[in-house]
Amino acid sequence: MNKGFMQEYFRRNGQFMGWGLLIAVGFWVIVLIILPQISMLDFSFRNHLPPPEMGGPKDVYTLKNYQYLIFGAENNPEAYNRVDLMVFVRTLIAATCVTILDLVLCYPIAYYLGQSKGGGFLRILVLLLIIPYWINEILRAFAFRIIFGDSGVINEFLLLFGIIDTPFDFIRENVALYAGLGYAYILLMIFPIYNVIESLDRNQIEAARDMGASWTMIHRRVVIPYAKPGISSGCTMVFMLSAGALAAPQILGGPSSLWFTQLIYQWFNSGGNWPQGSAYAVVLLVVCIIIVLTVMRLFKVNMGDIGK
Amino acid sequence: MSAGVGVDLQNMWIKFGDFVAVREANVNIKGGEFFSFLGPSGCGKTTILRAVSGFLDPSDGKILIGGNDMAGKGPNERPTALIFQNLALFPLMKIWENITFSMEVKGAGKAERQKRADELLEMIALPGQGDKLPSELSGGQKQRVAIARALCAQPDVLLLDEPLSALDLKLRQHMRTELRAIQKQVGITFIYITHDQGEALTMSDSVAVMKAGVIDQIAGGKAIYDDPSTAFVASFVGENNVFRGKVKSISKGYAVIDTNRTGALRARMATAVKDTLKPGDDAMMFIRPEALNISDKKARSDTRIKAVVQHSEFEGQAYNVFLKGSEDKEMKMSLANRGETRLYDAGLPLILDYDADRAVALPAGELASE
Repeated sequence: MNKGFMQEYFRRNGQFMGWGLLIAVGFWVIVLIILPQISMLDFSFRNHLPPPEMGGPKDVYTLKNYQYLIFGAENNPEAYNRVDLMVFVRTLIAATCVTILDLVLCYPIAYYLGQSKGGGFLRILVLLLIIPYWINEILRAFAFRIIFGDSGVINEFLLLFGIIDTPFDFIRENVALYAGLGYAYILLMIFPIYNVIESLDRNQIEAARDMGASWTMIHRRVVIPYAKPGISSGCTMVFMLSAGALAAPQILGGPSSLWFTQLIYQWFNSGGNWPQGSAYAVVLLVVCIIIVLTVMRLFKVNMGDIGK
Repeated sequence: MSAGVGVDLQNMWIKFGDFVAVREANVNIKGGEFFSFLGPSGCGKTTILRAVSGFLDPSDGKILIGGNDMAGKGPNERPTALIFQNLALFPLMKIWENITFSMEVKGAGKAERQKRADELLEMIALPGQGDKLPSELSGGQKQRVAIARALCAQPDVLLLDEPLSALDLKLRQHMRTELRAIQKQVGITFIYITHDQGEALTMSDSVAVMKAGVIDQIAGGKAIYDDPSTAFVASFVGENNVFRGKVKSISKGYAVIDTNRTGALRARMATAVKDTLKPGDDAMMFIRPEALNISDKKARSDTRIKAVVQHSEFEGQAYNVFLKGSEDKEMKMSLANRGETRLYDAGLPLILDYDADRAVALPAGELASE
């Protein structure tokens, strides 16, 4: 950022607006994002102490919160903290599955929306996608619980047509959880993909068709490479948000399945052990970022493309 | 030149709902011909091209390519290749991948494709540029890549949808010559869509002039220009002075037209209407600006026009003189620059004349709007 850039910036926005914008963005980034994360990081390296002892001789930096996640309590008979690590891995796998599910579901929709020129019908379609999001997340999760419940619409329907004889436990089998999570982030997948596909020149598809390309070929060679920034931006958001989801797993998760965020929540809330919770949260964040960056590297996506 | 594959449109109609985009097109394009559809935007010429390439089906009638009915055949099953107006190169593929995409589709190996790409790059005078991306090329180079990409599929018929319209004037003129040369070299049928009469006249063996879904005339460039068959063609192709009136008399292929403001004027009847134009008909007479001269006073009275200079423009190879005749009838005369120093000042009264063979009499009809 050179001097000319700043001069141009102030010339265009004026002193008042210019400083206003800078302060607002600065406040957003520093006070709302960086500082809380730093204090979280700081917490994660501290001992869990009652308030009077804070700042005292026992208040020193330690790695024991991280050790706990990996090896469990000191009296743990096993080599590793199997339960928590399993939850962690399962959460990441499940988030990956939700992301793939959303991608498979949303790519055709986004392609259709982006390439169809129909004005009125398209607008209704987009509206139909958006309206359910007026209802808050908790209510939507409970609605899924009802739909997938033992006497819910789906089970009633399956029973009625004799496809099954006893109600299927969608909750226990985590079907409801996947469906709920997938549904919660559909728009975050559709819109970035829709945005790029909308700017794809139709003639390119027709040119490929004219040269004899099949639909799979057209998508593989023309549409998907073009839509890659949108796909990766959608996948990143869906993955991060579903790995960090709390309400949906709380409400829709089966009794045997715990989401890693629920563990974090327990440490902070019922456990009252903020340093331990912070360590768990930091591990989740860092691992998620590493996964996203690795996948981006694998698919040759630049960070800059995602902002497009 | 190889015989090439011809294209026939037989009684073809294309309708979108109630809107008739193409009305009863009957066109016979010979193999190896450079054939242009010329018309203003929205006249249906692109629709015809899309029908030939297979992107849409005619509502009625037939399309034959090399004598085979194309009904029910998709764009990939036809021996045609289309060059789009915006070229539609794939921005994320290298030039050589772009050019050989039609081979990739058929499963050709990389080595084979690269070899073919090199040959085609050689042909379009872009050797060694295969590893660039389309965005790294200039407009004219992209143009040539699009042509190479279309030719790579070895089509029998190349369809071009105003591919030069995005280029600047100089490059456009250069590409005209180049396109014509490529067509001569590969010897396949070219069907070219344009609203630019200069392009149509310079490149084509035959031109079809279209207006609102109807083909008015199909002929060689010279015939289109000198012997138009409708008032629309006369006014759309090139510039023309129009004199409206009624046919007064007819003799030996010439008509005397009683014009509304300029008196009786003589003109040759267009070939297409020689047998149908009758005395008393509403008629139009067209004289090209370059067919008007300053009179040497020996001219017959029925090819003479009195007019006063309004203003004149010097265009380099010619002077364009804008005149007003009786009752403010506006005219344009174009005089070749022969090095004379005389300027045509406003207010100068002139007597003009013309050769009746170079004026065309046609039935009154709709003119091309400016």
